[in-house]
Amino acid sequence: MKLPLSKIAHGRSGDKGNHANVAVIAYTDAGFAWLRDKLTVEVVATYFAPLGATRVERFEAANVRGLNFVLYDALAGGASSSLRTDTQGKTLAAALLRMPFDVPADPEALVRPV
Amino acid sequence: MNRVRIGNGCGFWGDNLDAPIRLAATGKLDYLTLEYLAELTMSILAVQKAKDPNVGFATDFIDVLSRFTSTLTLLPRLKIVTNAGGMNPHACAAAAREILTKGGLPEKTIAVVSGDDIMPQLDELIASGHELNHLDSGDPLSTIRSKVVSANVYLGAKPIVDALKLGADIVITGRVADASLTVAPAAYEFGWGFEASDLDRLAAATVAGHLIECGAQATGGLWINADDSTRLGNVGYPIAEMADDGTFTITKPHGTGGAVNIETISEQLLYEVADPAKYYTPDVVADFTTVRLQETGPDSVAVSGCKANGITDTYKVSIAYRDGYMAAGTLVIAGPHAVEKARESAAIFLERLRRAGFTFAASHVEVLGAGATVPGVLKADCDPPEVVLRIAMRDPNRASIERFTKEFAPLVTAGFPGTTGYTTGRPPVREVFAYWPALIAKSAVTPSVTLI
Repeated sequence: MKLPLSKIAHGRSGDKGNHANVAVIAYTDAGFAWLRDKLTVEVVATYFAPLGATRVERFEAANVRGLNFVLYDALAGGASSSLRTDTQGKTLAAALLRMPFDVPADPEALVRPV
Repeated sequence: MNRVRIGNGCGFWGDNLDAPIRLAATGKLDYLTLEYLAELTMSILAVQKAKDPNVGFATDFIDVLSRFTSTLTLLPRLKIVTNAGGMNPHACAAAAREILTKGGLPEKTIAVVSGDDIMPQLDELIASGHELNHLDSGDPLSTIRSKVVSANVYLGAKPIVDALKLGADIVITGRVADASLTVAPAAYEFGWGFEASDLDRLAAATVAGHLIECGAQATGGLWINADDSTRLGNVGYPIAEMADDGTFTITKPHGTGGAVNIETISEQLLYEVADPAKYYTPDVVADFTTVRLQETGPDSVAVSGCKANGITDTYKVSIAYRDGYMAAGTLVIAGPHAVEKARESAAIFLERLRRAGFTFAASHVEVLGAGATVPGVLKADCDPPEVVLRIAMRDPNRASIERFTKEFAPLVTAGFPGTTGYTTGRPPVREVFAYWPALIAKSAVTPSVTLI
């Protein structure tokens, strides 16, 4: 079964020079455990492959149920010299959260509590 | 003082001009911080200052201050800490002094923190072994030395504390780390030092500064779950209420729009962060993974547990160098088949430039409305009624970019039906200032504080 990643996580993205960071934050502890296991560097690197990152690194901030992905050299020059509209990677988090994502048959424990 | 309330009323140069005044008027603040300097702002200010020695600072601050004096009169104890000084903090302070005198506040003490600008000593520093290698590539600065327009060290909180100790009501700095604008008032009010025993509290104040430095991004701006009930039209700007032990609460003025909750604060905590266990500032390395968040009321999140992860003996240096020219222009292409027509229009555009004998170091075509903001990742799943065609070019040769800007208008008559939106004229050509991050030994830099 698949759900958009946005059902189980929120996030925010931005820049550091030519590198982008994409933070993905699970809504629940069960969701964080699931993402920690399934939202790997490979999954994120493949999804964003057209951006041309030289490498992708994942950091954990378990205190806020967060996974922080750093996409190195992904901003085509960054705020100073990129020709893109989104020079600072502001839209990357929302784009990642649109990804259809495998979830357990009963995803109740993963989605945002009402 | 038991608690010190620090509010940030400006997250970048270009932020809402009324926010600082509204925040100060309703936030019961001890300190108002105003942050104006993005990575490349300094290069633009450096070029301005080279043409006119009286400019080169964030003029929005002077605009804010001129409409702020009557509010300030009612808040005699409020202090302001801002990096509006940019490349020319002394000129900024002189302009601020004039405004304050006109506004009946001649008694305010203004301090200038400088020493961040190492451009005058750059060759001396290189000669004495400070190579200023690129932080990522490791290349020595000598490879682009002749093109450098600005070189600024990110100073820390210490010189701002010194300015406050001298009795400053308003501290105007050049380049300092954004979080240090918040660290300094806390360190001054609670008498913290910058030694090993103070690092956890400095880390806590750094977290507070990081959370509020982008203004409304802590209070509902950019929140993934924001909707009409979030009332961002009247968004309140963030306040960090700090205690001596380093615990603090993030909140915003009562009655304002926006939201402060675990989601907004978690998102901002990880904003523009690489390894969250090592957030480097001139004051301390903060470990964001130690932070505990707790909702303690409406629009109130308590933050505790912040730990330091050491301290470095280097400052970060932000260097900008000339790197050619660029321009970007747009046309609107209406459907049917808007996406295909836009792509073909771009091909025609590029063909005409090629026929005219122009080449470009880099070009980028976007069909906005068809998934262009994250190129290649998202795709249009319908035939949109219209799209925006945006073409951008970069080249060392200014004449090539000038010629590029003249190819948009012809498509209005010689392109496909539905081509419109050529209303803003030829797009402006701007100089590109590329970014060169580096490190420098703290011992090579001398911050200074001047009262004026």
